[in-house]
Amino acid sequence: MEVLKIATAGSVDDGKSTLIGRLLYDTKSLTDDKLEAIEKTSKQKGYDYLDFSLATDGLVAEREQGITIDVAHIYFSTPNKSYIIADTPGHVEYTRNMVTGASTSQAAIILIDARKGVIEQTNRHFFINNLLRIKDVIVAINKMDLVDYSEERYNEIKADFEKLMSKRDYQDQKITFIPVSALKGDNVVNRSEKMAWYKGQTLLEHFEELDRKDIYNVGTPRFPVQYVIRPKTDEFHDFRGFAGKVYGGELSVGDEVVVLPSMTRSKIKDIYFYDKKYKTATRRSSVTITLEDEINVSRGDMLVKAGDLPTIDKQFTATVSWMDSQKLTVGGKYVVQHGVNKVLAKVENIHHKIHPDYSGIDTSITALGMNDIAQVTFRLNKPIFYDSFKNHRTNGSFILIDNQTNTTAGVGFIN
Amino acid sequence: MSIVESELETLVGVNESNELEVLNNNALENEAIYILREVAAQFEKPVLLFSGGKDSITLVRLAQKAFYPAKIPFPLMHIDTGHNFPETIAFRDKLVKELGVELIVRNVQDSIDQGKVVEETGKYSSRNMLQTTTLLDAIEEFKFDACIGGARRDEEKARAKERIFSVRDDFGQWDEKNQRPELFDMLNGQIELGQNVRVFPISNWTELDVWSYIQKEQIEIPSIYFAHKRKIFLRDGFIWSAEDDVVFRAEDEKVEERMVRFRTVGDMSCTSAVLSHADTIEKVVGEIRESKISERGARIDDKRSEAAMEKRKQQGYF
Repeated sequence: MEVLKIATAGSVDDGKSTLIGRLLYDTKSLTDDKLEAIEKTSKQKGYDYLDFSLATDGLVAEREQGITIDVAHIYFSTPNKSYIIADTPGHVEYTRNMVTGASTSQAAIILIDARKGVIEQTNRHFFINNLLRIKDVIVAINKMDLVDYSEERYNEIKADFEKLMSKRDYQDQKITFIPVSALKGDNVVNRSEKMAWYKGQTLLEHFEELDRKDIYNVGTPRFPVQYVIRPKTDEFHDFRGFAGKVYGGELSVGDEVVVLPSMTRSKIKDIYFYDKKYKTATRRSSVTITLEDEINVSRGDMLVKAGDLPTIDKQFTATVSWMDSQKLTVGGKYVVQHGVNKVLAKVENIHHKIHPDYSGIDTSITALGMNDIAQVTFRLNKPIFYDSFKNHRTNGSFILIDNQTNTTAGVGFIN
Repeated sequence: MSIVESELETLVGVNESNELEVLNNNALENEAIYILREVAAQFEKPVLLFSGGKDSITLVRLAQKAFYPAKIPFPLMHIDTGHNFPETIAFRDKLVKELGVELIVRNVQDSIDQGKVVEETGKYSSRNMLQTTTLLDAIEEFKFDACIGGARRDEEKARAKERIFSVRDDFGQWDEKNQRPELFDMLNGQIELGQNVRVFPISNWTELDVWSYIQKEQIEIPSIYFAHKRKIFLRDGFIWSAEDDVVFRAEDEKVEERMVRFRTVGDMSCTSAVLSHADTIEKVVGEIRESKISERGARIDDKRSEAAMEKRKQQGYF
């Protein structure tokens, strides 16, 4: 079954939780006991409609404050596809959660309140989805019931958003506009009778018909070695298998490969998935590879095709999204985790802060606070093997770990 | 042209006879294998928490796949409430023998005997809560730094926010407001001495995903998951086993014999059955597909209050 992960972004009161609840309800994904709990609580609160947001707002603190404060995952499926929704909060202070949710998603929904139109928050949501290079983005113009299902209002908002689109860095991003009412159920799963003027797909139809090629591009294979398998049994006495996940393109038996950083050449002997051998392993498969020659390979090394080397360097510049309350400063030392590889890094320079609402840059800053996004140059204690993020989402990204607290303090996208 | 690698892809293999073979379309399986390998690589003393239930049995199969042809490089541990279905224990012992891995068993009864916990009494008494103390003691005893569990985000609302690598402090507590962000595939397992990480490789699976996988892989599971004749009694709309004296039953609660199966196999005292005639895996998968009651709806401990799970997790429950 195909799995599609969708990130959602919206401001407080844009009706994001209601939209997700509506998706669950109209795809008949809410079970009787969950529906019963929603009905019970809605009644207690004195609502005259079902409060679908109760289906998703998980933590007690959220229920008390009536807001979503962290990334929550919601699951539903159609006969066609399995869906995972990463519900990320949309307030200013939670850029980090939006970046987190978007990092594992292949599609995104940006919600706009039809009464308010494009607001500063919308810019941020769009900026982040574009920064993370999400290929398929839906702009859902919600609460159409409150603007009399007006086509004119819809077109106004669409035109405002299109102005924003000219500013984006990743121009290949596909953007689709859909007028919806999550509360009343228009154009979410079922077509709206009130908006006959809209001829496009409903939200669910759009995702159902998304093809793999709409969300992925063919890339170049990178195989970071996670773990070395040495069974030391009689049957597999000399077996040395390199376990990892194939990122980018595909790898086949007989391919000439280079092991980084030793630059040793060899050929792929076997590709195992569990107890079967295969000729080719495609993207995202967790396989075990053996090589023709006995060479030393350990965790953090990388297998790439000969003639297709990444950049090997002890320095790089990246767009960093900072997620920690402790500031990032010039001279600060962190652990860079690049895939499964870890190296020590020092902040060489903070070039400028990028305002995530497309209002420009700030060159006067010397430190990064929580939710700041900036261009930063790092120097490493040993070389890593990277691609630019725009060419390779996995091999072009890294996280920064604070060695004192061990927390994941930020994420970076290499230029 | 931009080259963005796929998040979730098919593993298409051509076998040695050169016949094109689509091995599987299971992105979730590839993700789980990746996570298990990260655990083996990043931690010194990992352990797989094994309850004998379908989720932990699925985890064991995934671990076999992750490390083949080597054995699973960590032991299994069962926190035994003493209230298990006998079928589960027999199944557990057989599986461990086949795998050739170490099994550690720690008993809630011992924690009770040592006076560390007090047994609940009354109509809704259960040992489910008491497991926490026994688990935390065992983690300390063996100095485990990573505990792999079969929890899934779709089970319950508070679980939906759980990380794949979830850090617990010295007291086993979960600080839900201060969780590490998890970006792309990268898992940060760096911890301080005394802390440990709970790892959830099948976080993104749904109940149906697990059942479909068991069917496809032809994984053996304990017999109580299939419809069988059992002496039961009804209370508050739930069906309870009356075959053992673990579940408290009042005099006026009438025993009858029905065809039932269990959807989870937790502590008997808080695991209720559903009426069913599904006696094969195909029929069970069919039933789940049609089912209108969520899996945890059959567990009474979550019904105690809407925030029940979140509270238990903060205290160190799995």
